[in-house]
Amino acid sequence: MASLIALTPCAGLLPLTIGAITVTEVVPQALTSVAPFKGHKKAVSEALKAKVGAGLPALNRRSGAVTWFGHGVWMVAGAVSVEGAAVTDQSDAWAVVEIKGAGVEDVLARLVPVDLRASVFKKGHVAKTMLAHLSVTVVRTGADSFEITTMRSMSKTLLHDLEVAMRGVAARG
Amino acid sequence: MRLATPEKTVTFTFDGQRIKGVPGEPVSAALLAAGIKLVARSFKYHRPRGIMSAGSEEQNALVTVGRGTAQEPNVRATTLEVSEGLEVFSQNAWPSLKHDVMAVNDLVSPFLAAGFYYKTFMWPRSFWEKLYEPIIRRAAGLGALSGESNQDTYEKAFAFCDVLVIGAGPAGLMAALTAGRAGADVVLADEDTAMGGRLLREREDVDGKPAADWVVEALAELEAMPNVRLMTRTTVTGAYDQGTYGALGRIAGGRAAGKPLECFWRIVAKRAVLCAGALERPIAFPNNDRPGVMLASGVRAYVNRWGVAPGKAVAVFGNNDDAHRTARDLAAAGVKVAAVIDSRDDAKVEGDFPLYTGAEVIATKGRHALESITIKTGNGTRVIRCDCLAVSGGWNPTVHLTCHMNGRPTWDVGIASFVPTPESIPGMVTAGACNGAFSTAACLNEGAEVAAGVVADLGLAAEIKTPSADDAAYAIQPLWAVEGKGRKWIDFQNDVHVKDVRLAAQENFRSVEHMKRYTTQGMAPDQGKSSNVVALAVLADATGRGIPETGTTTFRPPYVPVSIAVMGAGSQGKGFAPERFTTSHSASVDRGAPMIEAGLWYRPSYFPKEGESHWRQSCDREVGYVREAVGICDVSTLGKIDIQGPDAAALLDFVYTNGFSTLKVGRVRYGLMLREDGHVMDDGTTARLGETHFVMTTTTAAAGLVMRHLEYVLQAIRPDLDAQVISVTEQWAQFAVAGPKSRELLNTVLDQPITDEDWPFMACGAVSVGGVAGRLFRISFSGEHAYEVAVPSRYGESLFRQLVAQAEVMGGGPYGMEALNVLRIEKGFITHAEIHGRTTAFDIGMERMVSAKKDCIGKAAAARPGLLGESRQQLVGLKSKGVDHALSAGAHLFDKGASHSRVNSKGYVTSVCYSPTIGTHLGLGFLENGRARHGEVIVLRDHLRNITEEVEVCDPVFFDQDGGRARG
Repeated sequence: MASLIALTPCAGLLPLTIGAITVTEVVPQALTSVAPFKGHKKAVSEALKAKVGAGLPALNRRSGAVTWFGHGVWMVAGAVSVEGAAVTDQSDAWAVVEIKGAGVEDVLARLVPVDLRASVFKKGHVAKTMLAHLSVTVVRTGADSFEITTMRSMSKTLLHDLEVAMRGVAARG
Repeated sequence: MRLATPEKTVTFTFDGQRIKGVPGEPVSAALLAAGIKLVARSFKYHRPRGIMSAGSEEQNALVTVGRGTAQEPNVRATTLEVSEGLEVFSQNAWPSLKHDVMAVNDLVSPFLAAGFYYKTFMWPRSFWEKLYEPIIRRAAGLGALSGESNQDTYEKAFAFCDVLVIGAGPAGLMAALTAGRAGADVVLADEDTAMGGRLLREREDVDGKPAADWVVEALAELEAMPNVRLMTRTTVTGAYDQGTYGALGRIAGGRAAGKPLECFWRIVAKRAVLCAGALERPIAFPNNDRPGVMLASGVRAYVNRWGVAPGKAVAVFGNNDDAHRTARDLAAAGVKVAAVIDSRDDAKVEGDFPLYTGAEVIATKGRHALESITIKTGNGTRVIRCDCLAVSGGWNPTVHLTCHMNGRPTWDVGIASFVPTPESIPGMVTAGACNGAFSTAACLNEGAEVAAGVVADLGLAAEIKTPSADDAAYAIQPLWAVEGKGRKWIDFQNDVHVKDVRLAAQENFRSVEHMKRYTTQGMAPDQGKSSNVVALAVLADATGRGIPETGTTTFRPPYVPVSIAVMGAGSQGKGFAPERFTTSHSASVDRGAPMIEAGLWYRPSYFPKEGESHWRQSCDREVGYVREAVGICDVSTLGKIDIQGPDAAALLDFVYTNGFSTLKVGRVRYGLMLREDGHVMDDGTTARLGETHFVMTTTTAAAGLVMRHLEYVLQAIRPDLDAQVISVTEQWAQFAVAGPKSRELLNTVLDQPITDEDWPFMACGAVSVGGVAGRLFRISFSGEHAYEVAVPSRYGESLFRQLVAQAEVMGGGPYGMEALNVLRIEKGFITHAEIHGRTTAFDIGMERMVSAKKDCIGKAAAARPGLLGESRQQLVGLKSKGVDHALSAGAHLFDKGASHSRVNSKGYVTSVCYSPTIGTHLGLGFLENGRARHGEVIVLRDHLRNITEEVEVCDPVFFDQDGGRARG
């Protein structure tokens, strides 16, 4: 019988601190994608509200444990099952990191082509966008912190790109 | 010569000579301070050239910076900051700047006029590329690249704002202050090392105090505003759609401080205010290119801002009042003014220097530096000794950015120049000198007023508060070219003179665009910043038209040269594309496996063992594992798509050629997918995990393509279907366990043993692996009794190591891409080498998989005439004559006896391998009417690798044709 050891997507690579900015790995208990079938969106939203405390947020928004994740699909932080939706375990599919610190917008401005100014991109706002060449989901989690999600297999490239940008910003003093 | 002793200096070298510079000043200032006049050789005639200006418009003083990997050619000495240890080299001269062999070009210059090359090097035609062009290019040129890979780092960055103010002179500062005070998010970008524009370079007062002091106060106020971002050393290079502007930022300290060298910005602004100022233009008089002949504004900048006198005795020549400002500033700084020559008869100026009105400079002397000038007045000619001549032909508003979206500027007779045409760039307005408002007071006023209008547009209220300043009128009488003996240079960077432009007109290149191409005027790094208007005026005169009728060439981005390195920032080397790693990556690398790219993924090629000196040895051994014992291969890179919903089966029926609604739960089926044009898009297996739940696998290469296809089908073609698709490629680590001992091995890792009865060929379902919920599929890409076992990715590395360890105990081990390829060729299984986009289901022998009972994407198109029948090249197997006769993929197939020419090609080879199982070389390929030709011997010919082999055509399935091994 096998005895399996679990590794997180960024195992051995984080945390990383350069200058005032730190990147840490976020390891959710579980990630579950929820894509409601036709005519079930409202019911799914209500079911989620009862189970995880938040319904389906609008496009480009996060509400509690539920994050808009693309066309007709939401990602729930946690293991849930709801009727009327395609529910898929995604717990191992994504590398999730938090980048935090004074000047974090300057680092992300070197990689992400969308407007992340605090006045425009507020806490709980979500962007499906690019980070250098990677497809990512960016969520503002605080005044000086963002959560970045990319495909698990590309975690090394994500961290490499973040590191180069962090060094460039830090070198300016 | 320095006018005062500097407090702090740094030392750099110019062609090896040590030179002292003052921090913050450009190399050009330090060279002038050191009395160095000759700094460059011209592009075509290798004429001695000096420093002309004090800005990014510099035409002459192009230098090379650094050496080796850090070598950068064609840097303008006027924008290059001095720094300790900086190495600066002159360029386009050999053996030295002073003794340049190619200066012989200047002696034969009468033969080298515009159009010379086109007319002279016409035949023989083949000589142009091989002989003439390389020689001409070597003789005429700028700086060279090192040829080594660039090691510097560069950045790209994005910025967003309400108002982008371009240029921080008087207009720009007022615009930024006005918009900033109103609460707008402002970016103020300026290409200089310090903000202030001409206010730092002129002697005048603003708000009752020296202009430079007012600038300090204005900047302090701007810096204190959290909504204002100041970007010095940042040149806005282009205006693009939807309020996007490109900007090149040079980073202070750069390379030495471990910083990126440059940053290329994309600034998205709701509104932009262009305050780019104006560029002074030269006058085309005979031999006006000698080192020491400078633009008057440049002379003032060196004297007033950097305390450097560009000469000991300076003469001033102009057609407007700005020339007098130069004489006045020089006198105030204690520099001798040799003469003021004003082309206007009615010029009035007071000062302690000789003044000549209604006069022109008609000749200059001095080989490597100006020694004297000859002027013509109403009373005859006169020679004046001077080592510097400050020239002002008037000002050209910097309209460049307004032309970047196809706008054409408008001729303004009053200032004898072009001004921006309003609304040339949506969302951008212009203010100050770039708008033709030349006095300081006018610039300050326009900056404030235009910005107030902009912020009002954005729903904010601005107060217009303007400081007092000089408001002298701009008095100019156009003077473009002065007649006389000798060449009258217009475009210094491209060595174009008045006669060239006239020749263009004479040869009927009368359109300004044709003149430009005939003479090359306005090309090269400066893009005609200083020369365009003069050239146009000369052309207008030569063709007997007015300037507005003659038109103007337009300006394209970038405003200043932008290195490719900075535009490609982050993409050097492996930055070119993301790298995708499987969970077993480290385990494979630990075993010494060379990793090869498969799309963005890295997969092991083979796993070498001690004693093996060639990849074939490893590959043959690994093939043996699978055929005789058990092999392990990471197949996680294959696309996995989770499909759920009431109509999931209907979706599959629609995208696959064969039916899936009939598939039983717990079973897997191979499926073929066509494009809308009837050609094969992809293949793979799809497992039915539940009534309304499937998981589809795709090939590694087409995972993204198939996902996009499914989304397209659901959104655009069959929105009636109620199904959801989502990628689970990354969720599962999946390993092939293949070989006669595969079940035996699996039963050592599974919590519940499996049997052939429970898990027949093409079965699938849930399993438990060490307490972890996994999935098991009994499928085979090797033709052997095989499985694929999947666990959540976090356990991937661990499971891979355990499977491999167990396989080794059983006489097997891991196998890589090479062995995988051999195994599938032996079985005639296709990959994208065969389904390469031009083959149909018929071609690959799978037309019977296109179900007659239902419709599917591509079905109708696949039945078009010409896509079926004997004329098609059909998939066949190719067997070589023996182990010494290797085949080659890409080779073409010919009938025996036919010549190996294109018209005789009957097909081509897509995949080859050496098969240790069969003991010979095998190939797959496409052959015209191939299925009817099994048993024939034909010829394989590879013209690239020079391989000719006879091969036997056969069924593509070489091994175990009845498939008994996979089922057994």
